[in-house]
Amino acid sequence: MRHTITILVENEFGVLTRIAGLFSARGYNIETLNVAPTLDETVSRLTLVTYGDDKIIEQIKKQLNKLIPVIKTEDISHMVHLERGMLMLKMIDAGERRQALQDAGAHIIDHDEGNYFIAEFTGAPEAIDAILEQTDAEYIIEMTRTGPVGMRRGSKGFVV
Amino acid sequence: MQMTGAEIFVECLKREGVEVIFGYPGGAVLPIYDAIFQQSHFKHILVRHEQAALHAANGYARVSGKCGVSLVTSGPGATNAVTGLADSNADSIPNVCFTGQVPLAMIGTDAFQEADIVGITRSATKHNFLVKKVEDLALTIRQAFHIATTGRPGSVVVDIPKDIGFATCDFVWPEEVNMRSYQPKTSGHAGQIKKAVRAMLQAKRPMLYSGGGIMNARGSAALLKTLAHQLNAPVTNTLMGLGGIPFDDKHFVGMLGMHGTYEANMAVSHCDLLVSIGARFDDRVTGRLDAFAPDAKVIHIDVDPTSISKNVRADLPIVGDVGIVLQQILDELSHQGGVPDMEALKIWWQQIDEWREKDCLHVEQSDEGAIKPQTVIRKVHDITGGNAIVTTDVGQHQMWAAQHYGLKEPHKFLTSGGLGTMGYGLPAAVGAAMAAPDEPIVVFTGDASIQMCIQELATAYQYRQKIVVVLLNNAYMGMVRQWQEMFHESRFSHSYFDSLPDFAKLAEAYGGVGLRADTLDELDKALKTAFAAQESFVFIDIAVAKEENVFPMVPAGAALNEMVLA
Ligand SMILES: Cc1ncc(C[n+]2csc(CCOP(=O)(O)OP(=O)(O)O)c2C)c(N)n1
Ligand SMILES: [Mg+2]
Repeated sequence: MRHTITILVENEFGVLTRIAGLFSARGYNIETLNVAPTLDETVSRLTLVTYGDDKIIEQIKKQLNKLIPVIKTEDISHMVHLERGMLMLKMIDAGERRQALQDAGAHIIDHDEGNYFIAEFTGAPEAIDAILEQTDAEYIIEMTRTGPVGMRRGSKGFVV
Repeated sequence: MQMTGAEIFVECLKREGVEVIFGYPGGAVLPIYDAIFQQSHFKHILVRHEQAALHAANGYARVSGKCGVSLVTSGPGATNAVTGLADSNADSIPNVCFTGQVPLAMIGTDAFQEADIVGITRSATKHNFLVKKVEDLALTIRQAFHIATTGRPGSVVVDIPKDIGFATCDFVWPEEVNMRSYQPKTSGHAGQIKKAVRAMLQAKRPMLYSGGGIMNARGSAALLKTLAHQLNAPVTNTLMGLGGIPFDDKHFVGMLGMHGTYEANMAVSHCDLLVSIGARFDDRVTGRLDAFAPDAKVIHIDVDPTSISKNVRADLPIVGDVGIVLQQILDELSHQGGVPDMEALKIWWQQIDEWREKDCLHVEQSDEGAIKPQTVIRKVHDITGGNAIVTTDVGQHQMWAAQHYGLKEPHKFLTSGGLGTMGYGLPAAVGAAMAAPDEPIVVFTGDASIQMCIQELATAYQYRQKIVVVLLNNAYMGMVRQWQEMFHESRFSHSYFDSLPDFAKLAEAYGGVGLRADTLDELDKALKTAFAAQESFVFIDIAVAKEENVFPMVPAGAALNEMVLA
């Protein structure tokens, strides 16, 4: 099953390698990983998407907590939560393609009429998948997307 | 006060209460060695290879109960230390290793003797640090000791660029270490303790299974014994847990697992409650997982949450320091005031005694035939009264030592359990001798293993350590040969030696006493000489039966109750 885990870590060099190294050393899967500083400059926040059966996910969470610079973790998959990722598409500018993407909620952030355009879309991972599915791959020049960031709904915050 | 990094290093070690460090110098640590030359707070033991520094620090830590400390240079010094780091980490032994690094400005330039030590040792340590400012040095050292010795202990590397040794700053000693991201749990959850005690009192066929956690929680062996007696429950130990209960305690049923006793493995296979105390259900212990303790409710006490339900699902997990949790359990037992099910226990012990009657460790030793390796171990037990500090290498001799050297006390069986590192035994004894110079110290080793760190005889001689090296010489990598015989139709691919050295002469060349025993008579004489007062180490090369195999045995992938007895 797919799990989204948010992690607060000490903002020190090498933390990312420790986390990535943990996954490779123990043969766990990382689907996506997002890291960025927080308002507290001593802390970074990660959103990690992984999959595995209950036993493996349980080990992943324990192993993450065992890493010395990890302050805390939260598996938000079991909670009411929101996830958002971003997609950027560079496409050949022909036909109704630009309009279709705009109708689907994308923004056009660069555009050379009749040549190419770049669309940007923010949404849940499934919404990004849906946009990609309805887009004609032949016209895609380049595609890049981020893994999601996420947080639980409700007034409670996940902070240090 | 203004101090150089090298002076701060010395001051911090002094304040951490360090008495001995094991090391080997080189360019990147010259500033630190210079400061060591000018101090008298701790001793420095000069080993002959960096791997040995780590094993010696490990042996020292296990016997003294303190943190092991070592110091090596950058590049090859540090890469040589990697095996020792991984070894200590696998066996949860507190071990801090300081490595030199090239000067800060040269990091990343492929400088002379540069290696990415933080990168290389990340997965071989509990944690590691690169010191980037002399101002950070004291706090980093403090954190390194804190991390190595608390929670589930392990190895920690502190990588110190050469120029940090020369740089100066105001020395500030951090009185406390408080890391928000590292807060190991110590006491067990009260509700879980209550449930555990209830389960222990209800059990009809209880079994206590203890491991290295009992060694790390100093003083907990006495609690284990009390618990076993109060519950009238059998106790089995892992390889790392030997000495957790005296070998002659009637509740002790021997080691469990691949080369465990028949009674221990049968008892685990038939118990209805298995209480794991500071052990981690290693594959060498469990055999085939789906057949392991099939009828048992499992209580798992461990300081490391990742060990719980990793291999065997725990019905009742208790995270905490084994010593504190055992005390909580004993308190709760007297609080609940219940008694175990005496009727059921009587039947349980009858069953166990029946299994014991197989006498699975029996050895036939004829007077004229070759010396059996097991005989040697038993003779050493007798001559030392089961009170020696025993270290081992890895192989058949290690298993025979575990099976036949009955231990009276904890902290006296030093072996490489998790990593299975050949070469561990001799340097571990060098470390043990620094912690307990007046106690008898025996190294059980093999003709292959001893050659992996034999250079440490020079260290033993330099410090006039009275170590007795007992070489069970079968002229084979016996354990490899045994597996080839059993699982590869006796194709002995590269598991023997055509050119073993004359070990007795070699020992003499290193300054010690070298003896050779081919018969039982010679063996008795040699042991007598060895344990009489000597100037330095004694090395006994004993020709043992070449093709003896270790039994009983649970073949890899088989269930514990499918043991082969001979
Ligand atoms: C560093 C290392 N290399 C290889 C092995 C694999 N290995 C395990 S036991 C063994 C043979 C040990 O032979 P010896 O020391 O003579 O002991 P014996 O089994 O004969 O008692 C080997 C090669 C190991 N455990 N460690
Ligand atoms: Mg051998």
